[in-house]
Amino acid sequence: MMLSLDRKNFDAEVLESQGWVLVDYWSPKCEPCKELKPHVEKLGEKYGESMKFCELDITKARRVAIGQKVMGLPVVAFYFDGEKKAELTGDITPEAVEEKINELLG
Amino acid sequence: MSKVYDVAIIGGGPGGLTSALYASRGKLSTVVIEKGQVGGQAATTEEIENWPGTEHTTGPQLTENMRKHAEKFGTEFVRDDVQGLEADGFIKTIKGRNAEYQAKSVIIATGAEPRVLGIPGEREFRGKGVSYCATCDADFFEELDVVVLGNGDAAIEEAMFLAKFAETVTIIVIHEEGKVDATPVVAEKAFKHDKLKWVWNSTISEIGGDGIVEYVDVKNINTNEVTRMDTHGVFVFVGTVPRTKAFANLINVDDYGYAIVDPQTLESNVDGVFVVGDCRQKHLRQVVTAAGDGATAAVLAEKYIHEEEGFIEDVVDVDKPVIVAFWSPTSEASMAAMPKIEAAVKELGDAVKLVKIDMYRNSRISSRYEIIEVPTVTVFNKGEVVEKLVGLDVTTEALVNKVKELN
Repeated sequence: MMLSLDRKNFDAEVLESQGWVLVDYWSPKCEPCKELKPHVEKLGEKYGESMKFCELDITKARRVAIGQKVMGLPVVAFYFDGEKKAELTGDITPEAVEEKINELLG
Repeated sequence: MSKVYDVAIIGGGPGGLTSALYASRGKLSTVVIEKGQVGGQAATTEEIENWPGTEHTTGPQLTENMRKHAEKFGTEFVRDDVQGLEADGFIKTIKGRNAEYQAKSVIIATGAEPRVLGIPGEREFRGKGVSYCATCDADFFEELDVVVLGNGDAAIEEAMFLAKFAETVTIIVIHEEGKVDATPVVAEKAFKHDKLKWVWNSTISEIGGDGIVEYVDVKNINTNEVTRMDTHGVFVFVGTVPRTKAFANLINVDDYGYAIVDPQTLESNVDGVFVVGDCRQKHLRQVVTAAGDGATAAVLAEKYIHEEEGFIEDVVDVDKPVIVAFWSPTSEASMAAMPKIEAAVKELGDAVKLVKIDMYRNSRISSRYEIIEVPTVTVFNKGEVVEKLVGLDVTTEALVNKVKELN
């Protein structure tokens, strides 16, 4: 399971967190997001020890998303020690997410 | 892997779901392979008011009902992303990312996806204000300004949807003032809408900003004059491209990638592989036409299975020679040949089996064995053609001699 973020815990869990954090930005109205999410969850089982997997429903925290310069879905963003290091947008495939994880984890 | 479905449907939009309903209701074992949520493009369409008998519904609601309806009759749903298809025999293999699936007939219902313009900034600002899906992203733009590029039904309807959220919606139209490609009923509603603004004779030449979209450059196509317009979002609705790449090595597609099928049967150039909905060449791409395609293909898929299984049972899997007479009740010559064939069969007795095939009613098998005129008589032995006699060459003696030679 991924950690659910909202406007209350976003700073603590992402921006003030040490190490790698993945944030899957999604919305219940976004079909491609709902398509991608279970795949990201599965990757969380595989890479969960070296990266914290989180999800943010933007309908509950729109301003948080915009603050992170996310203005469209889906977006999968990668943070290290609270700083955004990489981001996937557009037609995101599960393979692209895994590739990016491997690239970042080295 | 061991299960062989009667019908495998690739794609779970309205076309695929209607095929599933008709096939499973017709007692065919049916699977829908969908890479994500069912519903297809319709599921990202908020307002639907041209589905007959239903004055107003939403895309997600309508397609969810279609899914339940198909499921009620026994359709199985599998989540997988199809990468390719092998269809060189009666049993076809669909290669998914997770597994392989086998089926006697395949209905490709993969639909289409939004066309990308290819202008500077478009790719860079994806997820940063550039969007192709109003339902996905409208929430971001509450009280903000957005532009919509395009003027077909999708563009105009989505612009009206966005107007529920955004402060202003500016529609950029390439045609002269007052002219849009959307159907008149949609256009009239939009022209009366007080939140919509219009820019005519124009397109977008660049999208820019610092990390997120801040402006678009609007270019007047008559004067080439470029005006910078501040905005927070750009919604692009300039048509669609078909999702046929995974099959393009197998089925015939046009220059744009739309599948070319027989307009009567929706069968592709590959036997038993049908294409329905937005991914095929057609005039009108709507939920209702996709559904119509779906029904047609399911019924033709059943006919295909029936004919092929009949042919395998009657001709291919028979342990003695089989005389297959291709004929037509409208051809005098083929009627005249029948007594000669019957005489041969009578003389040979148990040593042979006779099967008659109406060339025009079963054109698929006729063309597979290159039958170009009637009468043509072929002799099958162990599933293979060992003799072919055409027209006046069809004689009792020739048939008797050939079969005796085999026994």
